[in-house]
Amino acid sequence: MRKEKVIAGVLAALALTAISALAVIASFIFKEGLPIIAKVGLAEFIFSGNWHPLDGEFGILPMIVGSLAVTAGAMVIGVVFGLGCAVLLTQFCPPRIVSVIKPSIELLAGIPSVVYGFMGVAILVPLIREHLGGPGLSVLASSVVLGVMVLPTVTSISVDALQAVPRAYFEGSVALGATVWQTTHMVTLRAARSGIVAAVILGMGRAVGETMAVIMVAGNTLDLPHSILDPVRTLTSNIALEMGYAAGDHRKALFATAVVLLAIIMVLNSIALAVSRRLPAGRQAGRAAKAAAR
Amino acid sequence: MRASPRLTQAASLGLMWGLAAATIGVLAFIIIYILAHGLPHVTWGFLTESPRSMGREGGVLPMIVGTAWVAGLAVVIAAPVGVATAIYLTEYTREGRLTAVIRFGADCLAGIPSIIFGLFGFVFFVITLGMGLSIVSGALTLAVMVLPTIIRTSEEAIRAVPQAYRDVSFGLGSTRWQMVTQVVLRSALPGIGTGIVLSIGRSISETAAVMLTAGSALGLPRTAFDSSRTLALHFYTLSREGISMPNAYATASVLILAILAVNLSAYWLMRRLAAGGR
Repeated sequence: MRKEKVIAGVLAALALTAISALAVIASFIFKEGLPIIAKVGLAEFIFSGNWHPLDGEFGILPMIVGSLAVTAGAMVIGVVFGLGCAVLLTQFCPPRIVSVIKPSIELLAGIPSVVYGFMGVAILVPLIREHLGGPGLSVLASSVVLGVMVLPTVTSISVDALQAVPRAYFEGSVALGATVWQTTHMVTLRAARSGIVAAVILGMGRAVGETMAVIMVAGNTLDLPHSILDPVRTLTSNIALEMGYAAGDHRKALFATAVVLLAIIMVLNSIALAVSRRLPAGRQAGRAAKAAAR
Repeated sequence: MRASPRLTQAASLGLMWGLAAATIGVLAFIIIYILAHGLPHVTWGFLTESPRSMGREGGVLPMIVGTAWVAGLAVVIAAPVGVATAIYLTEYTREGRLTAVIRFGADCLAGIPSIIFGLFGFVFFVITLGMGLSIVSGALTLAVMVLPTIIRTSEEAIRAVPQAYRDVSFGLGSTRWQMVTQVVLRSALPGIGTGIVLSIGRSISETAAVMLTAGSALGLPRTAFDSSRTLALHFYTLSREGISMPNAYATASVLILAILAVNLSAYWLMRRLAAGGR
């Protein structure tokens, strides 16, 4: 029995690793980043467009706008395609075809982000440059690349949400004479709404946090974008591009960029959690969404 | 005038099939494009030589070794912790405040962007703990990153084990730990394996976090404390700095083939899991 107690203790200690790691990560990022925000001033740091780290000017507004712009664009594509696939997979698709589409979408999630970025540069950027104008490296290119990258997240969580809708809803609706599509958009999608919203928000988190692919296709300029054909720099690219040579306050400012990024992610995740808890039909989907670890 | 329900259904179905086809099309295009440009350059020499003149010539042996080290070590570190967490959550405690805290930690960790893991690994493992840019630093950083995936998949796999197995095991007089190791884990193994394999895949494809923690040395790593460039980072450097497109495509092909192998094994494990459950 003594041995059992020891084992239980060891397991409990190991189980606390995740939360401890989270605490250590947050404390290190904040410890490195907060002093420079205090020094520059939060308003200046967030709302100034001047990023001249070597002259001590740290304003990340263009990067915040850049991150939000590419994320918004990515969600348009990710949601349309991701939700389309999810509805098709759960409501209409014969099982044999599901067994082709589902693993393919999982594989899409497994492709390295550098490969996505590279395909963006090799195929998409020249297309945009030749047909729509601008430098090609742009908000649009980043949105498309990120849209494809978040599609698997949106699809898999939406699939869980749609599958959690009780079968009786579907049967009741069809028995009343509705077509399967009418049932889908009037009943099933509505019942799964909270889970789908959670899917979208978690997809946003993915898009905001993506780094390598965006560096390759966004152009990384420090100006505010005026159209979707303009190049931008995101918060993540700012960190990855400059970390290699930054020192002193400059390096601290990059950690401060990470603090802002972390804050955005935390807000998104809290919304996803809150939304997925709200409706009973979405409960199971909400759990799936919470656990969307990939 | 309202369109007939049948017509609307046909139209929306057509649209969704189009979306799904486009999605699969993008996947197929990426894989075929990379392999078609890269495979002709993947020779025996490419796989067994070290790069020369920054990767313009030579092969990627050090990157293959480095990637295997980093990804392997990350999973060797994360798997025991993740599985232990899952066992604790499912077999050793009731749902309560403590489990809520543990789950909250794992959920938050899952949402953190990889570049932040990279920054953390850089200040914590590389600088504060003095491990330097090395395979160990990279592996520890990735271990924290894949931990939530392993916890979640293991927990699902363990929960899927029928309660009757546990009852029978207890009925035969086993202790809880004997029940866990000899009954529950044995039958949850394919599910746990799937999570581990997927984590290996994620570690192989990660770039931002390893760039800041494992460094970008080109040499063949001799110990786990050497810096080593992974395949993904090598591909990024080759293509971005325009060092050598043929070698970039070839590196990407090796990377894609590795990912395909990982996903196929995960798929195979999942099929076994489904078959075992019946």
